[in-house]
Amino acid sequence: MNLVTNALGRMVPTEINGRPAVPFPGVDRFRPSGCKAAPRIPTVLDYPRDGNKVVKDLKTALELAGVRNGMTISTHHHFRDGDTLALQLFDICAEMGLRDLVWFPSAAFPCHAPLIKHLDSGVIHHIEGSLNGPLGDYCTSGRMRGLGVLRSHGARAMAVQDGEVHIDIAVLAAPSADCFGNANAVNGNAACGVLGYALADAMYADRVIVVTNNLVPFPCIPIEISGSYVDYVVVQDSIGDPKKIVSGTTEITRSPDRLYIAELVARFIRDAGIMRNGFSFQAGAGGISLAFAVYLAQMMKEAGVKAGWVHGGTTKFLVRMLEEGLTDALVDGQAFDLDAVRSIAVNRSHIGTAPLISYNHHSKGNFINLMDVVVLGATEVDLNFNANVVTHSDGRLLHGIGGWQNCLYAKCVILAMPAVRDRIPVIVDEVTTLCGPGEMIDVVVTELGIAINPRRQDLIEAVKGKSLPLKSLEEMKAEVERLGGKPKRPERTSRVVAAVKWVDGTVLDSVFQIPEKQ
Amino acid sequence: MNRRGVAGRRGEGIRSDAYIAVELRDGGGIELAVKSRVDFIYGDSIRALVFAGLSFFGIQNAWVEVEDSGAMPFVLMARLETAVRRALGKDYKDVAEWLPEPGPSFALPSVRERWRRSRLYLPGNEPKFMLNARIHEPDGVILDLEDSVPPEDKDAALVLVRNALIAVDFAACERMVRINPLPRGREELEPLIRAGVNVVVVPKCEDDAEIKKLAAEVVAIEKRVGVRHQVWLMPIIETAAGVFRAYEIARSSERIAALTYGLEDYIADIGAQKTRDGWEALWLRSVVVNAARSAGVQPIDTVYADVADLEGLKFSCLQAKALGFEGKGCIHPRQVRVVNEAFTPDDEEIAHAMEIVKADMAARAKGKSVAVIGSKMIDPPVVRRARRTLELAVALGRLSPDWNKEG
Repeated sequence: MNLVTNALGRMVPTEINGRPAVPFPGVDRFRPSGCKAAPRIPTVLDYPRDGNKVVKDLKTALELAGVRNGMTISTHHHFRDGDTLALQLFDICAEMGLRDLVWFPSAAFPCHAPLIKHLDSGVIHHIEGSLNGPLGDYCTSGRMRGLGVLRSHGARAMAVQDGEVHIDIAVLAAPSADCFGNANAVNGNAACGVLGYALADAMYADRVIVVTNNLVPFPCIPIEISGSYVDYVVVQDSIGDPKKIVSGTTEITRSPDRLYIAELVARFIRDAGIMRNGFSFQAGAGGISLAFAVYLAQMMKEAGVKAGWVHGGTTKFLVRMLEEGLTDALVDGQAFDLDAVRSIAVNRSHIGTAPLISYNHHSKGNFINLMDVVVLGATEVDLNFNANVVTHSDGRLLHGIGGWQNCLYAKCVILAMPAVRDRIPVIVDEVTTLCGPGEMIDVVVTELGIAINPRRQDLIEAVKGKSLPLKSLEEMKAEVERLGGKPKRPERTSRVVAAVKWVDGTVLDSVFQIPEKQ
Repeated sequence: MNRRGVAGRRGEGIRSDAYIAVELRDGGGIELAVKSRVDFIYGDSIRALVFAGLSFFGIQNAWVEVEDSGAMPFVLMARLETAVRRALGKDYKDVAEWLPEPGPSFALPSVRERWRRSRLYLPGNEPKFMLNARIHEPDGVILDLEDSVPPEDKDAALVLVRNALIAVDFAACERMVRINPLPRGREELEPLIRAGVNVVVVPKCEDDAEIKKLAAEVVAIEKRVGVRHQVWLMPIIETAAGVFRAYEIARSSERIAALTYGLEDYIADIGAQKTRDGWEALWLRSVVVNAARSAGVQPIDTVYADVADLEGLKFSCLQAKALGFEGKGCIHPRQVRVVNEAFTPDDEEIAHAMEIVKADMAARAKGKSVAVIGSKMIDPPVVRRARRTLELAVALGRLSPDWNKEG
């Protein structure tokens, strides 16, 4: 594999799974040209005259969709760790004797571990999407055939739109649908709130199969995915486990140390003057970035401040803010719990959005540029504020990028995490995998204090004289290494197993195979 | 000789600790097996640490197993030392101490009159709670060797607490250790004093002569090991017999800085029942306050057991403050702020105290012996209390030290 050095000095491939790839040329340096990809022109002549697209089962739908070896099949992840459709889908593909398929999920979860057998047997050639848990280990141990391609939510939608990824068949779980294929996620026992991650897939895939366990009479109200994109509708008993829609990363932390960090974040946002009437923020998934919103809400109440809008991943905490009048609107990319699902059905100011709209870099602007502040996690950050969110310090893939990279375009980006996790330091000389360039990361908050990027003199000025525990990353690193010792650089091979894309589709870094344990 | 010694814990849910087993052998050199969550970055460092430790203890032939869950080096050192002690079957004093590098708060002195609004209890054999205790800003941390440590781990906890006192950054927190009841507690003094402990908390005190003896030993150890700062004592009254001697105990030594009590043991001792309003403790609490005040030491309230009930904690703090206590124990970090806030003078208290002290100074300037605000006479004890409130406010940064010069 040909590797070159990109603008941030990272070794990246120039070709990914047979297609040329552009090495990252620097933030905002890549300017694409040409036209967006276009789906084929269908004709109503090919669809049932009575509008009823229901077919017998998923296998029939796949056959009718012309599934064959080597195709790219996509699914969405709104059911998070409760998804069962992807497993069913590839079991059917295996049964049909298909090979070398590419799975293109909007994200993968530990529940998808059973797909390893289909990777081993050759039914699935490789996965282009977040790789974590057992699938992450599978990839980083070098067992997957193609290269993993890690994209942010925005870059995934964009790759569909600009033609980098052509979806042959999209198989979309829908908590409610009518026989024409109109679908939403607010009704039915698998209601998951929104279907934004499926939007690009519905619009651009050659064939779209909607799978529902809740067939409703036409019209399915509200219509989130329009039936005009849909080829077939499949009705079956179950499409996922609604109880597992709330996955571990969406619960508020109970660790006193992490709550302390969350409170520091909220204090920073208040004291830096970001918390003011009409401001906007995003709370990510993960203990600390959820918990800070609870502290912030309290501070907003005390100061009589009301937000203009909040971007989710939505949880009951954000719903409470909306219902208590602490924000005018909730703009929601995904529902993290059942309160969020309920709210989007009943609150007019709680609206769904899609990465295609909020995060897409090949677009006429992004919602995220309007955002005043985001709070994100990270597994590592170096002294220049470059950060890693996908790999553990030992090189194993641990998390998907999610919306993390997209959120770096907010006006103030805060990374919040413990400086040490069981002796493993977070502040390092060089990040294992670069996911976010330091020039876009403004503040790092740990239990040891708050480090402000020297590029942001305005923020440093804004918090002067406040009682915040300001420190440099160097000081935090020294403090951690005093007690824990300086870590050795972990071993890795020179074989690339996955590529990390930047929000514009260029290649930011590579994930390398890790050596087998002796 | 045991030949085999084991220390520390392993398994699901264990964090920041390490299990170490040492089996002494007659030959064959050192055989070491390390399993660690952080092997990829600290594996070499763990192996080097074990070899250094074995060489320190003069062990040339042994089989050593380490199962590490992200333990800091001071913890690994403590576990190895304990495993070796146990394998050798020797008492604490018969084996050399293997000490970690001192951290930034090592041996910071503490003064007798300092503020002790909150003290956070940390189980002495649980490393993970020690590391970040300082960030919750209790006035003191209290590493516990007594009730939170099962009998079979008393030796392990002593070594771990000693290393933590030396290596962990406790920042400005006063470093307290609750020793075991005497006589065992007496054996624990020297290693703790060497490690720079500020306050030795003595449980189940009933006998002032014992405390007097203990204080003399503390002074003797200080001299012997060359500690520059003074070590203070905080006796705990937790029996009916103790209550009756509280006054004698409180004044038994000038090393006593504070007096507190333990409720659970006391209630069991007198056969009382717990009430929400705390009636069963009223007499005990009043005795402790009066004994402490009469001896010129700080009366400190006990802990509040329900960590989820912060409202109840606040009520208990205000009750304690009204009775005359100056602080309270915490068993969870989330309690610290509530306790600190309750025992910190608020704006109204500060303003009122300033008014009194200013009136007093104005009266003195005019040669009058008693100050008057409006038509009310201000007695000297009221002035004393007001001054103490202002000292506290200044010490906590709630009031400028120059408050009196700003008009």
